[in-house]
Amino acid sequence: MDDIKQKLLSKSKQTTEDWRGKILCYACLSLIIVLIVSILYFIVNRGTATFTQDHLSLTQFLTGKQWNPGHHQVGALPMIVTSFLVTILAAILATPFAIGVAIFMTEYAPRKETKALRAVIELLVGIPSVVYGYIGLMVVVPLVRKLIGGTGFGILAGTLVLFVMILPTVISLTADSLKAIPVSYRQAALALGATKWQSIYKIVLRAALPGILTAIIFGMTRAFGEALAVQMVIGNAVLMPKGLGTPTATLTSQLTSQMGNTVLGTVSNNALWSLALVLLLMSLVFNLLIRVITRKGAIK
Amino acid sequence: MNPKKTSRIAKHVIYGSVGLLVILLLFLIGYILITGLPGMSWHFLTSVSQSFEAGGGIRDQIFNSVYILILTTLISFPIALGVGIYLAEYAKDNWFTSLLRTIIELLSSLPSIVVGLFGYLLFVIKFQIGFSIISGAITLTFFNLPLLTRSIEDAFRAVPLDQRQAGVALGISKWKTIMGIVFPCALPKILTGVILSAGRIFGEAAALIFTAGQSNSVINYANWNPFSPTSPLNIFRPAETLAVHIWKVNTESILPDAHQVSSGSAAVLIIVILIFNFGARWLGNVVYRKLTATDKER
Repeated sequence: MDDIKQKLLSKSKQTTEDWRGKILCYACLSLIIVLIVSILYFIVNRGTATFTQDHLSLTQFLTGKQWNPGHHQVGALPMIVTSFLVTILAAILATPFAIGVAIFMTEYAPRKETKALRAVIELLVGIPSVVYGYIGLMVVVPLVRKLIGGTGFGILAGTLVLFVMILPTVISLTADSLKAIPVSYRQAALALGATKWQSIYKIVLRAALPGILTAIIFGMTRAFGEALAVQMVIGNAVLMPKGLGTPTATLTSQLTSQMGNTVLGTVSNNALWSLALVLLLMSLVFNLLIRVITRKGAIK
Repeated sequence: MNPKKTSRIAKHVIYGSVGLLVILLLFLIGYILITGLPGMSWHFLTSVSQSFEAGGGIRDQIFNSVYILILTTLISFPIALGVGIYLAEYAKDNWFTSLLRTIIELLSSLPSIVVGLFGYLLFVIKFQIGFSIISGAITLTFFNLPLLTRSIEDAFRAVPLDQRQAGVALGISKWKTIMGIVFPCALPKILTGVILSAGRIFGEAAALIFTAGQSNSVINYANWNPFSPTSPLNIFRPAETLAVHIWKVNTESILPDAHQVSSGSAAVLIIVILIFNFGARWLGNVVYRKLTATDKER
């Protein structure tokens, strides 16, 4: 009797097993949470040292044009402007192209061709960024030099390389959002006598707009954070961009090329960490934008 | 212009953009293979790289890339599996789950250079491990976790509910059901996800230049003691990977044959990634057929 009672009251083997499994999962979860918290903490801590330890002004950092941290001049405006310029230009180039391919995949192509195109896009995603940078250096830079003169390094070369790099991301996300539009929308348009293009342009694209915007912002996030490919073709001179073909630098390219040359704790090093902080904050902003758009634009 | 004409023109424009995309891919792959393959030789693949003279190879870079890839996968897979299982099987629809998803999304949107700099700060400087394989592998784990987690979660979600109900009906614990029944069903998709993420790791350079370093120590391939500084298996030695080598050769080196070396390395990189890409699909199908005893492809 006592035996049975004890058996009923104590935890079964299954329950303990389940607990063990859950604990394993929670351990993995806490690892990820600790990781993100420490990334935020470390970068913010280092990134603000320029302003708290070295007492340089934040306004000078954001609006100054002279970058010479050795002499306490940390105007990061040229890099911020260039980063935004290449990102936005690449997005402007990629968007119509991506929408065209996405429309083909969801509205025109037979199943087999859509599958083949998906494979093409996955391959493009898989090409490493250094290879894009290398091709940029070998093909795009000489091309730009021939077209607009100068050294060929600069915003135009960076834009072209980034355009190719973000294209697959934007295409596949746009195609997903077009696919999510119910077939009945298209049928309704066709039943009213609209041509195929009218139904796509006036109905499908409008309905998928939030999804397409999200796709573009995803592409911009990637472009903004891309380091090596841009660093190889941008020219790496911290100057305000004067045209599309003059050497300049982005936040990421400056980090990549200078971080190894500075010593931790010096002003030059702290200033670089502040650039990293700007990058981090921008990726937070992009993330937030995506959330707002998805929430507002969800199909009800 | 009437609507019908517009519709036709639009169709042509759309077909044109698809054509351009395919040409772009063919050009990219073609350029790499055509410039890279002629310079490829057994000597190039099996000799040590040079810093100042022509004629260097990429033996150590290839080894380092593979070694870091294996280490990263070994570290990141169990963690991603745990989180993926939690999200797919245990997570309730509450604030904690949505916070967790936000965190993972945030992690995946961080630029890889920022993740790399974090690794540099934490391992190379704070823990004083220096530029080393282990610093690189753990940093790549950070960068790899969000995507791998997502593909594992998706794989688990794709398994039909009946399988779980059957397990629970037999009186097996939920954990046993997950590991014994659902996991094997999800395995083909998980494998595909792991191999695709391996391709990303293999080509990643920005997160490695400040963690695994941009130089190599002298390695003796006859020495398999992992604690010896000249052993290829030593995880505390600095290691330049293939992707980092391409970047380094093109930006800072004064090699006379820099063009040749980088096009050869790029070709090797692309070929390996192509193999990963096609291999992922193939292996997923094979495993699926083996485990489920069906002839049908997924």
